[in-house]
Amino acid sequence: MSILHWAILTPFLAAIFIPFLFRYIKKAHTGWFVLLVPIALFVYFISFLSDTSDGNAITKTVDWVPSLGVQFTAYVDGLSLLFALLISGIGALVVLYSIFYLDKSKEQLNQFYVYLLMFMGAMFGIVLSDNLIVLYIFWELTSLASALLISYWYKRDKSIYGAQKSMLITVFGGFSMLAGFCLLYGIADTFSIRELIAQADLISSSTMFVPAMILILLGAFTKSAQFPFHIWLPDAMEAPTPVSAYLHSATMVKAGIYLVARMTPIFGGSWEWFWIITIVGLITLCWGSISAVRQKDLKGILAFSTISQLGMIMALLGIGSASYFYDSDQSTAYFAVATVAGIFHLLNHATFKGGLFMAAGIIDHETGTRDIRKLGGLMSIMPVTFTISLIGLAAMAGLPPFNGFISKEMFFTGTLRVTELSEVGSLGMLIPIFAWIASIFTFLYCLIMFVRTFFGTYKPDEHEQKAHEAPIGMLISPLILVSLVIIIGLFPGLVAKPLIQPAVTAILPTLATNSEFAVKLSMFHGWNLELFMTIGVAIGAIALFLLSKKWGELALYKRERDPLNTLYDRGLDGLISGSQVITRAQMTGLLRDYFSYMCVFIVGIVAYTAFRSDAFLFSINESAPVPFYMWMLTIVFILATISTLFVKKRMTLVIVVGFVGFLMALLFVVFRAPDLALTQLLVETVSVLLFMLAFYHLPELPKETAKTPVKVRNILISAGVGAMVTLIGISSFIMGSNSGLTSISEYFIENSKELGGGYNMVNVILVDFRGLDTILEGLVLAIAALSVIAMIKLRFKGGEDV
Amino acid sequence: MNKSNDILLHYLTRITVFFVFIFSIYLFFAGHNQPGGGFIGGLMTACTFLLLFLNFDREKIKKALPFAFTSFIAIGLLLALGTGAWSMLFNGDPFLTHYFDYFDLPFLGETELTSALPFDLGIYFIVVGIAVTITLAIAEDDQ
Repeated sequence: MSILHWAILTPFLAAIFIPFLFRYIKKAHTGWFVLLVPIALFVYFISFLSDTSDGNAITKTVDWVPSLGVQFTAYVDGLSLLFALLISGIGALVVLYSIFYLDKSKEQLNQFYVYLLMFMGAMFGIVLSDNLIVLYIFWELTSLASALLISYWYKRDKSIYGAQKSMLITVFGGFSMLAGFCLLYGIADTFSIRELIAQADLISSSTMFVPAMILILLGAFTKSAQFPFHIWLPDAMEAPTPVSAYLHSATMVKAGIYLVARMTPIFGGSWEWFWIITIVGLITLCWGSISAVRQKDLKGILAFSTISQLGMIMALLGIGSASYFYDSDQSTAYFAVATVAGIFHLLNHATFKGGLFMAAGIIDHETGTRDIRKLGGLMSIMPVTFTISLIGLAAMAGLPPFNGFISKEMFFTGTLRVTELSEVGSLGMLIPIFAWIASIFTFLYCLIMFVRTFFGTYKPDEHEQKAHEAPIGMLISPLILVSLVIIIGLFPGLVAKPLIQPAVTAILPTLATNSEFAVKLSMFHGWNLELFMTIGVAIGAIALFLLSKKWGELALYKRERDPLNTLYDRGLDGLISGSQVITRAQMTGLLRDYFSYMCVFIVGIVAYTAFRSDAFLFSINESAPVPFYMWMLTIVFILATISTLFVKKRMTLVIVVGFVGFLMALLFVVFRAPDLALTQLLVETVSVLLFMLAFYHLPELPKETAKTPVKVRNILISAGVGAMVTLIGISSFIMGSNSGLTSISEYFIENSKELGGGYNMVNVILVDFRGLDTILEGLVLAIAALSVIAMIKLRFKGGEDV
Repeated sequence: MNKSNDILLHYLTRITVFFVFIFSIYLFFAGHNQPGGGFIGGLMTACTFLLLFLNFDREKIKKALPFAFTSFIAIGLLLALGTGAWSMLFNGDPFLTHYFDYFDLPFLGETELTSALPFDLGIYFIVVGIAVTITLAIAEDDQ
């Protein structure tokens, strides 16, 4: 393991200590210790800057499951470094902010910071791993951590609802993404992104190309809240504000963007990729910005604005992939402008949206409300927050001299250039028009948020607390972020060369050797169409704002919640009622029924498979001679088993069943399996003990009252199971002796001492050869134990249902 | 689990418990070369605890053995996973690579030490934790 691997794992390792710090160091806020982690990581990742800005990449590999092609390969290039710096940088600011936001005496800080660190580590894992399976594991970890953070205030129904929603949608996407990865593995026989890119030609000629692409994009779209999967993001706003600022604007939702950018060298250059991403991104952009106007909650506005901005970055990545259609340096560089704009906006969005979320959190914290109908006149009361919001909102609306203006202009440039693609046709004109309309709405909601919060009359009666300016600690983080907004806006060259260019060349590798390409960012481009479009946006939005009395009466405007939510809620209801129908049919409460289901299923599937592969062989000639005592043992065994059917008394039944179990142990001894015999003996002892414990409480044995058809059915099932097992035993024996294959046990007999260092083969298999199975079995047992506790100790009261 | 005053049973239990417990430890260590191992040793240890709980006053036993058996499960899982991760974190080998070698230890002479031992100890803890937890949960219900 290299230092790089350790860096990725640092947040996880730090998370282990958080509960102890929280419990034993009461005086200091736990957040101060947590703060060290992202700061240290940020400093560490800065050190890669000189390497990646030269276009180099660092790769470090540790084998994980080499036989399946799963390696923990850490890979740092321009793109992953940009994300890693965002995650650690914004992470540090968010932790600093949370120290003042979350009260150390009232909140369960240990849980909060454990989840947050888990999330941070998972994000590093996503952006820094080259292996798709490792990436997938970290990807699902972010879903898990974010669901835990959303439901942090778990006593509120809305938090649980939001967490469940985000989990359902993002995990659905994650699964389909995993399927896409497996398809890619099927085509190119590797999970490494580097090697996949090297085989891009092979992949694009495969019939599985488009299915794999769509499956992977589903994962990216659900994570990045693209239409129509965006509905989870507004509900995720139930999380504490530091979480919203971190997960839902700066990092987690950008994982989807990262994935699309990462996959562009594999899938880019196909029209499907170009169109799907561009169209989905544009729809999300428009829908998000229009929906944001309808919101009355500050965080609601910001949530929809995040959705729309993510759509914009997504669309830009789609448009930028057009540069793959050309060979000449000039045209490639010409279309790459969109990708530059996308990556640049990604950075800008993290700075201004992070600051805005923190400002919204301050307003919520100091006034007790986030409803814009109750807010107003805060400009003179909270001057610093006002300044922060002013800068953040202006950058988001795309006004100079802030960084949002530059990326907004470049966004217009990108959309205008698409129309020049000959294959796009005349309908391509719609792309800049849609972009322009969406920008008007973006400007409009920024204006609404700004005016309604800070101007107008101050309404102290509506607030839970007397409003005042936030403490200085809470203001540090957003102030740093908005100063970045200004610095990047005024001196964009600071980030252009070291950060943006390497990231863009990672997405479009051909640019690395392209003499025409250079990232140039500047505030003023001359009096061109883009500038006039921006002026038009401002005029249009202000006009709409002044007319807000008129369209404020529209029915659609009054509906705060997204209409698509109805679809989701209905689907969820259907899922619940559907599964209840199945559960009622299956879970009858009778152990016998469960056994019947299981037996019928197993017998059916095994018999079908055996018949299809013609595996039944029946002959008793070749079997070994059976000694006399084996006959006796078998007969006693059979007699004891059959007699259980006729025993009427429970005590006798326990003894007879125990007898059968001990006979079984004896059989194991005869067949030289002492470990199994020991286990069987112990299990039998424990179960008899358990029986004794429960004996007093058990009712008398009921009389058998089953009707004849039921009896016949039961007899058929048991006879079927018996016949099946016998047949399989005989067939496999004959198969083994006919085929001449050596038994697998030979391998273990020969190697258990050599490779495992032990003479007891069974034990060596358990702890060594198949150790993973053992761990996972332990995990299954642990889950079973927890559910027993849950069922018995936390039992639901009468009538309550899950 | 009931309060009983059977003196003979109490004395017998007190004596047997130690034998069973020691035997379970032996089984655990013997596991690598002879029948035994974490699973069987764990089950047997669980048996000793159950025997105690079965024959003595529950409160008294809880005072004498103040363990949270649920945390045994967590400790066991951490041990097993930790041993598995060790090879990856510190030696750069794949997950769950085991090592063994022979060492000359005082008193014991030449002894084989394996990294499978802590792994097996994890399994042992898991099994003890689960068996006792489930039994106690069921037994303490309705009381």
